[in-house]
Amino acid sequence: MRKIRPYLAQTATELRLSLRQGEQMLVSLGIPLLLLVFFSLVDVLPKPAGVEKPVDFLAPGILALAVMSTSMVSLGIGTGFERHYHVLKRLGATPLGRPRLIAAKLTVVLVIEALQFALIILAAVALGWHPSGRATLAVPAIIAGTAAFAGIGLLMAGTLRGTVTLALANALYILLLLLGGMIVPLDKLPGPVQITAELLPAAALSQIMASAFDYGTSVPANTWAVLVAWAFGAPLLAAATFRWD
Amino acid sequence: MNGAAIEVTGLTVRYGDVLAIEELSFSASAGEIVALLGPNGAGKTTTVETLEGYRRPTKGKVRVWGLDPIDDHAELTRHIGVMLQEGGVYSSIRPLEVIRLFAAYYDNPEDPEALVERVGLGDRLSVPWRHLSGGERQRLSLALALVGRPEVVFLDEPTAGIDPVGRQLIRKEVSELRDRGTCVLLTTHDLDEAEKLADRVLIIDRGRLLASGPPQELMSAIINDDIQFTAREGLDTKAMARALGVSVEERSPGTYRVAAAPEPRLVAALTSWLAQHNVALGDLRAARQSLEEVFIRLTTEASKDNPVHEIRPERPRRRSVRPRRKRT
Repeated sequence: MRKIRPYLAQTATELRLSLRQGEQMLVSLGIPLLLLVFFSLVDVLPKPAGVEKPVDFLAPGILALAVMSTSMVSLGIGTGFERHYHVLKRLGATPLGRPRLIAAKLTVVLVIEALQFALIILAAVALGWHPSGRATLAVPAIIAGTAAFAGIGLLMAGTLRGTVTLALANALYILLLLLGGMIVPLDKLPGPVQITAELLPAAALSQIMASAFDYGTSVPANTWAVLVAWAFGAPLLAAATFRWD
Repeated sequence: MNGAAIEVTGLTVRYGDVLAIEELSFSASAGEIVALLGPNGAGKTTTVETLEGYRRPTKGKVRVWGLDPIDDHAELTRHIGVMLQEGGVYSSIRPLEVIRLFAAYYDNPEDPEALVERVGLGDRLSVPWRHLSGGERQRLSLALALVGRPEVVFLDEPTAGIDPVGRQLIRKEVSELRDRGTCVLLTTHDLDEAEKLADRVLIIDRGRLLASGPPQELMSAIINDDIQFTAREGLDTKAMARALGVSVEERSPGTYRVAAAPEPRLVAALTSWLAQHNVALGDLRAARQSLEEVFIRLTTEASKDNPVHEIRPERPRRRSVRPRRKRT
């Protein structure tokens, strides 16, 4: 990586293209904000024990959802179609190089996540959320969650057809939303389902986020273990199986 | 760089059991435009993609600008310009946006604003790639291949599905590359295109080189000793043969071949026979043969030699060799 200019140009372009993509922004911003606002105002969802206001439960979970939507759904679908349309192949014949391409994609994900967090936190505070506690704990969790979900997204993008990635990423998004402790508390799930859910990265991330913003209690070590395992395993598997062409 | 811009020695590429390229050798120098001509599945794209570093040779050696396309890939990318057979561009990106992006990859790029005008997309700046026509995409892809001022340019089917204006523009750009000393390797199944664009044509089929040389030389290589003409279908070739004293065959419906040298007396006898039978004459051709005939003759002979040579299509999308008959 001799030069930074190709990386900066790549990042700026991919960021601009992402922000221009209406359906991507709907998944990244529209759906999380809608869920947050709707279920904060319409108190129909079950809440974990000890939580009074719906927004106190929802806000950390919706932040976890934002990570999942950007790093798994948007990145996975976008990269899947870039592969399908031979964009990745064409870039392979330029001096950009893979390290700079991957760095640019991760930067775009982090920038969009920052934008999502700003809007979600603003909306949550407006709905009466009072975050407290060890918010710094959220930073490593967000990084690990981003790595885990980006790995899952790229695993699909690098092995499946673009349209299959599109369908599967959206299906996983809904499934993990329901099993991820984001809008339905984990302890409301039936026993075996809850055990399975606790092994998935969505629930691990949302539990740590909840704890960081302190409605919950301390996070068990095995929740961190699940998240970190996904954060290493999924990207490694994606790297090992990724087909550029 | 020492010596040839492109050097291919004994290249063999195998996909599993399928032989895509067999013992192919050729070279190309700076300022030379070489066309790989062959039907689909001939191995054209495989050859180009091996030179671009996308595929590893099973056997043999390839060098581009003196570099190994795989081992020296990072360095190679600074010297080559590539136009893929299709796609290669973000679907929502706009022409100038993508040219600027690619320009940022190179040390001494062309000016993006000037380049977008040169390829005739100056009035399409707000249109994303997915809404550009096939010809506009080809021209934009060409611009992306040229933006880094490459020394070696690979164009895979640059004029496929393009309108006449775009075809003209691509021809002009390619000949300017020659003037600048750039080496261009292009593939085509369009004989007309190979004849017009290239300094040298390599005819390949089923992964093997059948003939190579300047288009004019290839065309005069096989002496033409027949007369060909077109007329309505189903003429009585036996009666015609008796009248002319040489054999006549209907090679395809409405296309006839008289198997003798085009002596004036024979041509006169032919036209008078047609007049007697009230047959309107279409094309009449003698002496000069087109590249297409050379091509068909070579590829038919090759398949007779080797009738069960399995070959895998390069791309799922198949196009046929379009017969584009030249008129005389």
